Amino acid sequence: MSTATLQPTYNYKVVRQFAIMAVVWAIVGMAMGLFIATQMVFPELNLDLPWTSFGRLRPLHTNAVIFAFGGCVLFATSYYVVQRTCQATLALPGLAAFTFWGWQLVIVLAAITLPLGITSSKEYAELEWPIDILIAVVWVAYAIVFFATIMKRKAKHIYVANWFFGAFIITVAVLHIVNSAALPVTMTKSYSAYAGAMDAMIQWWYGHNAVGFFLTAGFLGMMYYFVPKQAERPVYSYRLSIVHFWALVSLYIWAGPHHLHYTALPDWAQSLGMVMSLVLLAPSWGGMINGIMTLSGAWHKLRTDPILRFLVVSLSFYGMSTFEGPMMAIKTVNALSHYTDWTIGHVHSGALGWVAMVSFGSLYHLIPKVCGREQMYSVGLINAHFWLATIGTVLYVVAMWVNGITQGLMWRAVNNDGTLTYSFVESVTASEFGYAVRAIGGAFFLLGVFLMAYNVYRTVKSGNEKEGEVQASSAQTA
Amino acid sequence: MDINDIRGLATLFALIAFVMIGYWAYSGRNKQKFEDAASLPFADDAAHKQSQNSDGTDKNEGVIK
Repeated sequence: MSTATLQPTYNYKVVRQFAIMAVVWAIVGMAMGLFIATQMVFPELNLDLPWTSFGRLRPLHTNAVIFAFGGCVLFATSYYVVQRTCQATLALPGLAAFTFWGWQLVIVLAAITLPLGITSSKEYAELEWPIDILIAVVWVAYAIVFFATIMKRKAKHIYVANWFFGAFIITVAVLHIVNSAALPVTMTKSYSAYAGAMDAMIQWWYGHNAVGFFLTAGFLGMMYYFVPKQAERPVYSYRLSIVHFWALVSLYIWAGPHHLHYTALPDWAQSLGMVMSLVLLAPSWGGMINGIMTLSGAWHKLRTDPILRFLVVSLSFYGMSTFEGPMMAIKTVNALSHYTDWTIGHVHSGALGWVAMVSFGSLYHLIPKVCGREQMYSVGLINAHFWLATIGTVLYVVAMWVNGITQGLMWRAVNNDGTLTYSFVESVTASEFGYAVRAIGGAFFLLGVFLMAYNVYRTVKSGNEKEGEVQASSAQTA
Repeated sequence: MDINDIRGLATLFALIAFVMIGYWAYSGRNKQKFEDAASLPFADDAAHKQSQNSDGTDKNEGVIK
């Protein structure tokens, strides 16, 4: 190791903290998902207790995987990427540390309040108003740290990954503050500031853009940094990435109404949401192609590099689910798919296949770097994780497709006299096998994350050991 | 002029803005600039390696604390 002291120097402490907590929360959130998936096969697993019932643990699962796991990955990667592409150390390190501890506090409060049944009952925005205020404060601090770091950059141009991270940070702040506006009644109860169809529209403007910005724009920022780095070549087309960015951020914001087809929402708003969702296919695929084509001329690296495999397969799932999404937004398709397990399958092909896999790839790239190692403790374990994650996702998604289409067809089937052919419980019985397959797929996926946790533990630990070795040898020479 | 005219103009404005972004991105004048930008993730590799301790902490301790 060289002992020269050169600029730039980076703040990796907060990146390490977020990266390690991302793995911890991945286990918690996905284990929660596996538990409630198993409840669908064995309902007695709800233990006959209110705190462990599906209705209370399901929001805990979604909050844990999206905001705890996904959120920690986004913090870690954005703090890492913004420093390295701006060649500047993180601005306001004290405030950055506050974002770490503040975000962990939000997660702990969510884990306490949701099983107790304290909820605003808005999907993906269940947390009650005191926690919402804490989230807003942490998020504004995050924005200040991120943009202050960008202002310290060496190069004139801001790298495109930071555009995506920046758009994600700003938009999530706006979405969260507007949708969470509420009248508090007590410390644990509030009523939405909006009413009726307006409340529904604002909720799904928030909900779909939580997908579009929290789970897409931020992770595309990761794609634009980690895919080129891991493939060791610049992005396929930087010009396409600019068009990709502006098209994506200007279109996503309109797609929310497709969550409210055939509801009290005005018909024109439903049709607008459908059309905008269809147009969204173009920037989504533009970005996916840009990421995958970055490998042109380096395809052989996929044979030996499981990290790159994670990143490329995540882009394939991204392409698949961003084709499926616009298709499901078509009103006639939605008439079949809505309220069925197809929707759950679609969400998880995005969440497991795209979001989680691009996160794993990025974390495997980043963690050794911030622990002063060349690579992870075991490349073989990364490879095993890759196959477990892929098999798990495929099992999950296929099971939910079959279930969803079965349910949709059974619910709409009518006899000649106009009565329903099937009772609801018959469609539940028909879904049992799919639920079992889904739980097995989830178990595969979770097992992979356990391998990751062990791999990360050994990597972090040996990073520290190595530091001890360096100190010992320098003492000998002295 | 009522609210619908303003809505129409807003749509037109969005279209023009998008076409201009496309022109800006693909004009020959900016080709070199964007190619340089694409290599930004690789700009700091050499300098970076020498400024970090083996455990990833910073050699310039005071800077980050």
